[in-house]
Amino acid sequence: MSLAETQKTAARHIPDRLTTPLARTLKSWESLLLLVAIGIFILNSFASPYFLNAWNLSDATFNFTEKAMIAFAMALLIISGEIDLSVASIIALASTAMGLVMQAGFGTPAIVATGLVTGLLCGAFNGVLVTRLGLPSIVVTIGTMSLFRGISYIVLGDGAFRGYPSDFAWFGQGYVFWVITVELMIFAILAVIYGIVLHKTNFGRAVYAIGNNATAATFSGIRVERVKFILFLLTGLMSGLASVCLTSRLGSTRPSIASGMELEVVTMVVLGGVSILGGSGSIPGVVIAAFVMGLVTFGLGLLNVPGIVMSIVVGALLIGVIALPRIYQNLRRT
Amino acid sequence: MTLLKSREAILVGAILLLLALVASRFPGFVTPSNLVAVFTDTAPLIILALGQMVVILTRSIDLSVAANLALTGMVCALINVAFPGVPVPVLVALALGLGALMGAINGFLVWKLTIPPIVVTLGTMTIFRGIIFLLTNGSWVNSHQMSSAFKAFPRENILGLPVLGWIAVLVTLILGLVMSRTTLGRAFFAVGGNPHAAVYTGINVGRTQFLAFVISGMLAGLTGYLWVARYAVAYVDIAGGFELDVVAACVIGGISIAGGVATVAGAVLGALFLGIIKNALPVIDVSPFWQLAISGAAIIIAVTFNSRAGRSKGRVILKSAEHAQ
Repeated sequence: MSLAETQKTAARHIPDRLTTPLARTLKSWESLLLLVAIGIFILNSFASPYFLNAWNLSDATFNFTEKAMIAFAMALLIISGEIDLSVASIIALASTAMGLVMQAGFGTPAIVATGLVTGLLCGAFNGVLVTRLGLPSIVVTIGTMSLFRGISYIVLGDGAFRGYPSDFAWFGQGYVFWVITVELMIFAILAVIYGIVLHKTNFGRAVYAIGNNATAATFSGIRVERVKFILFLLTGLMSGLASVCLTSRLGSTRPSIASGMELEVVTMVVLGGVSILGGSGSIPGVVIAAFVMGLVTFGLGLLNVPGIVMSIVVGALLIGVIALPRIYQNLRRT
Repeated sequence: MTLLKSREAILVGAILLLLALVASRFPGFVTPSNLVAVFTDTAPLIILALGQMVVILTRSIDLSVAANLALTGMVCALINVAFPGVPVPVLVALALGLGALMGAINGFLVWKLTIPPIVVTLGTMTIFRGIIFLLTNGSWVNSHQMSSAFKAFPRENILGLPVLGWIAVLVTLILGLVMSRTTLGRAFFAVGGNPHAAVYTGINVGRTQFLAFVISGMLAGLTGYLWVARYAVAYVDIAGGFELDVVAACVIGGISIAGGVATVAGAVLGALFLGIIKNALPVIDVSPFWQLAISGAAIIIAVTFNSRAGRSKGRVILKSAEHAQ
């Protein structure tokens, strides 16, 4: 029943724009999310006297900057109709590779390059399996999720890499100026780049086209597999970058590093209004979602709420933000 | 059909080859008593893989099974601590009911609110685990707090096989019947094969998916009690990450993640394959740290192999269009 219904409503959405741009903007997911973010911000500042402090807020950005770096690429990937659940494991593998290079006595540039290249290679591996062999990305990346982290476990066992060079700490612990951290700067630059790529370039158009109808995209001359492969590469590269930042911030590598982070990244992307079925979503939405998640976890942290209870909030947020509009629609229809 | 049969035959061959390889280095591994032990150890994975099979068959996925298992197991353990007199059959019924309830929550969100299953179960996975923490404040329920009847049930030996193993056999038989002999089983295949066609034949797609989640949840709940009773300990993180092993068992068993293709035998064989690897690694002196990478590689190899075998031989008009599907 519901299948037929959704198809009917989808078919009716032919007009590109009916309401005025302003009304559209106000009613959009992004503005709703922005309201939520502001609401949480105000609640937090009442809940804890330590919240409204530039240095504390600057620390709070670490809650989301690394995840958001991956979330940008993941947003494009999910819009194109694929998913990558191996991102947290890529972080582990890239971090392990960086640890090996560090132990071999190389300096910071080589360590960073290793992290990024490992990420790229992992992304390429996922991409080849999905686009060349035509395998479903969810299965492939569930497999590589075990494989990549498994390799880290083989290398490290229950040990850890420590003793990264002191200038390596700049990425995760450094400041550009005042309270603006290096990670926050990277986050901001990436937000702009990904926003432009997705919303202002042919490539971004192609991503939407593939997500809506891959067959039609193929017939309109888009090289579907190549675009998807590039998206897997990007997701791998971003995971490598996040690995550089996270390893630099923690100053050590364990095989369990960033475990479970893939869920938070996917939550961030979905919370940002990207349809998990592909075809729609925006970068501003993901940016606001990153702030929402960062503010929620930071606020709860100030209130001494344990991490696992925060994960309940994140899980409920994930289901809630998708369920509420649908419940509202159902109520309006009856 | 011959293709499906050959796929399972290949899996049986792979399992036998695996056993032969291990036996060549450590003959004790293939003695009947050890094989029974390996089967019993794999029983939870078999039960969960069968539940997951039904869900994947209907084009969904249930990533919350391990969290469901942990929560139900913890509730059973807490009840046993508070009321040691509650008999085991009541606890088993309670585990089935509680698991089914959690499955129903997943199924309801998928059915009535049409939220994609992966999103729903990613969310409920963290919520269920979080609830365990709220119930216990992170404390453990240890062996000495549990009654002996509670711990003895899955270990009870009947005809040489512990109850845990028998339950896996029983679940396999029941699901075998449901999938092949009931309209519900047929509906699962219809919904997975072609949901649009299923609607036109009068099958309620959402309701069928809901029932698949209830079955998966019920089996996860049952496994929850068995798990906690067998290992005689309950804490927040039991069976952490086990949902991936369950999905892996299904994929290795030839169950198509796109839905519509699944066999009971495939799920059981896939679970056995992983279970034998897990039990064989320490025997042949491979560090247990290898296990994660090996099961990851097994998933990738299995899914590559399955897609090769399942590719249709129809005329290809536009090659890349076929890939894009």
